[in-house]
Amino acid sequence: MSIFAVTAIAILVSAAMALGRAILGPTSYDRILAVNAIGTKTVLLIAVLGFMNGRPDFLDLALVYSLVNFVGTLAVLKYFKFGTLRGGLSGTRKRGN
Amino acid sequence: MDLALDIGTWFLLLTGSFFLIITGLGLLRLPDLYTRIHAGGMADTLATLLIFVGLALQSGFSLVTVKLAFVVIFIFFTSPTASYALAQASFVAGLKPRLDGFGDSEDNKTSDDLGKGRD
Amino acid sequence: MRTASLFLVLLAVWLLLSGIYTPLLIGFGVVSCALVAFIARRMDVADREGHPIHLGPRIITYWFWLVVEIIKANVDVAKCVLMPKTYLRPSMFTTKATQKSDLGKVIYANSITLTPGTVTVDLDDDVVLVHALTTGSADGVKSGEMDRRVTELMREA
Repeated sequence: MSIFAVTAIAILVSAAMALGRAILGPTSYDRILAVNAIGTKTVLLIAVLGFMNGRPDFLDLALVYSLVNFVGTLAVLKYFKFGTLRGGLSGTRKRGN
Repeated sequence: MDLALDIGTWFLLLTGSFFLIITGLGLLRLPDLYTRIHAGGMADTLATLLIFVGLALQSGFSLVTVKLAFVVIFIFFTSPTASYALAQASFVAGLKPRLDGFGDSEDNKTSDDLGKGRD
Repeated sequence: MRTASLFLVLLAVWLLLSGIYTPLLIGFGVVSCALVAFIARRMDVADREGHPIHLGPRIITYWFWLVVEIIKANVDVAKCVLMPKTYLRPSMFTTKATQKSDLGKVIYANSITLTPGTVTVDLDDDVVLVHALTTGSADGVKSGEMDRRVTELMREA
């Protein structure tokens, strides 16, 4: 068994644990955190699988996935905060001093 | 030379996997949201760095190495922003961090004192 | 000046990511990079904040220092996860950011968050609200070492 397979299994186990937190998580923010963590692990998994199959072209997918994961997390957070995805962020600091 | 690179890759990937498992464990067993953010940050930083450096040792010096470096840089730029957005959103939403009941350190302020101190 | 350097950086990224060097594709790259640089100039985003090329080599040394800090902090957090009874002492405190520019404050706050064990919860003017996982990580921020380094990084050349 190659080292890449071992790493891939470790990544999958870790993602399963994050999935457990997504199922258990008492608040929705826990679930967003778990989704974000699973996204990062997916980037790692894509890269490791690319090397395992001898096709490092997979790295382009990992690159795009890391950016999409970031934008997705921010979009979901913004939706939770304002209830809509429209409009800018001006006037958001109601709690300021 | 190849053997040394292989051993390096083994070491780095295994250490990275170890930190990934600890991250998953931390996500499951730490008590509240804010402490879990710290555990999630571990996978974003050191585990990513170790695994990608390990892969870079295998790829030799080519465009693949540059792409690996790009992925690491993107993750290092975006992950703290996402963590900050998450922590700030939950703090504004009124989720108080648990600061007591983990020991007897006396400099733990309660979150109410903190709110007063900020004005 | 800044537009030209933005164009060069974009072109370098294009060439490194594409890996196919035919005249047609390089031509596409030059055209699209020039278009992006032109739009960035029209939108006024290629300024000291959007394209901080003036930080230069100092930020590279700062990154190396930061990676060492991240490795140390990761070992701390790993110990905390494995033995929460002994190490878990969450705390929340405010600290001062001494940087003048917004960019410096953002670099400082993001460095705090990037180091596992400490997370920036709020950044208000120059007051940073930090959540720390262990006493060790809290002391790391309170000592002000990182703040000093970022201020030095941002000082005018």
